[in-house]
Amino acid sequence: MIVVVDYGVNNLASVVRALAAGGHPAALTTDPDEVRRADHLVMPGVGNFGQASRTLAATGLGDAVRDVAARGQAVLGICLGLQLFFAASAEAPDARGLGILDGTVVRFDVARPVPHVGWARVEPTAAGRRHPALQPVFRGEPRFFYHVHSYHPAGLPPDDVLATGDYDAVFPTLVGRDNVLGAQFHPEKSQRAGIELLDAFARWRP
Amino acid sequence: MLARRIIPCLDVAGGRVVKGVHFAALRDAGDPVEQAARYDAEGADELVFLDISASPEARRTTLEMVGRVAEAIFVPFTVGGGIRAVADAGAALRAGADKIAVNTAAVRDPDLVPRLAESFGSQCVVAAVDVKRSDGRSTVMVNGGREATPLEAVEWIRRLEALGAGEILLTSMDRDGTGEGYDLPLVRAASAAVGIPVIASGGAGRLEHLAEAFEAGAHGVLAATIFHYQGSSLPEARAFLRARGYPVRP
Repeated sequence: MIVVVDYGVNNLASVVRALAAGGHPAALTTDPDEVRRADHLVMPGVGNFGQASRTLAATGLGDAVRDVAARGQAVLGICLGLQLFFAASAEAPDARGLGILDGTVVRFDVARPVPHVGWARVEPTAAGRRHPALQPVFRGEPRFFYHVHSYHPAGLPPDDVLATGDYDAVFPTLVGRDNVLGAQFHPEKSQRAGIELLDAFARWRP
Repeated sequence: MLARRIIPCLDVAGGRVVKGVHFAALRDAGDPVEQAARYDAEGADELVFLDISASPEARRTTLEMVGRVAEAIFVPFTVGGGIRAVADAGAALRAGADKIAVNTAAVRDPDLVPRLAESFGSQCVVAAVDVKRSDGRSTVMVNGGREATPLEAVEWIRRLEALGAGEILLTSMDRDGTGEGYDLPLVRAASAAVGIPVIASGGAGRLEHLAEAFEAGAHGVLAATIFHYQGSSLPEARAFLRARGYPVRP
């Protein structure tokens, strides 16, 4: 079963609908035990890192997500959901993330409007082109995905960067290691490309 | 690199998509949910839903319709018309909108813009500006184009950026529904005045007009007539613009 973690953030229904559009029913839950039973886990998110990390700790959902990731099930973080996979973020320096991925989260440091909003060209890296869940999405070519964010992943091991965007500075926008994937953009708002990415994730057996 | 956006607009009144000329002489253009689903399937980059009866008739945005449209599409979705307070915006966002467009309410109460930006982020706040030219002046109009304000368009747009708007939806009332092309001097002046994206609206009648607006500095083009009635499809529009070197999605 695909489980979508409901930890009090927005855009959950659109993630469930985009999975359904690819033929994959998904359950929304606030229950850590149900999260632990997931064979595919999606952690969406729009909001603040500090607030969300406190909610994950207080509800026990954070530990449940960590358990599913450690068990080797396919896990996908979206936007803030991805950022919470790191141990820390510049958005809330005192808050603790889940520490599932190595690296951190930084704010855009560019002479352009922040947040970065729009359809950004996403270029797969060599590691991304080889990735079994991403290969059918990119087939070696860049695609456009819808981004809305002020912060982005940084300082990852090079092999964990699967695709990048460019907003006066190249930034990782698809990352992952082993059974964990994360998208800084919103597949649920990225039309066909996004539905295909969620479909490929749902079919992935890491 | 960000793709330039092609944005079909659904003007909705009485539960139907309508389209007029100079904001009047409305005619029917179909069911909002069907139209939205079709534009999404054809690759629209975003959709804008304006409840054009909301402001004049003091009616709240039709949230139920917003919810049904949101369920039919997989692209960012802007909702405007009748949003006067943070609570109205919150209700539209909960119904499935990704962004909120404000127009009349921002003129009457400019502090609404920073309140919306603080509550939902500036990426959520679209400042819609309706403009009518007279005596060499570009005047901001409100209340569905019925009422002139003392505001000059480009000055007001600068102020909206300072107040925290995330983008400007700039509609020429003079060109609305005419198919004569966008008001390019206005688009050029507005795009040069602010760092946030300017979406050109009003007047698109041929695919060349979309390219002209990009050339004038618009980050996106809003169009209704050209897609509702004139048989131009979104795939055609994208192919046309791509062939002219504009970065649009394939």
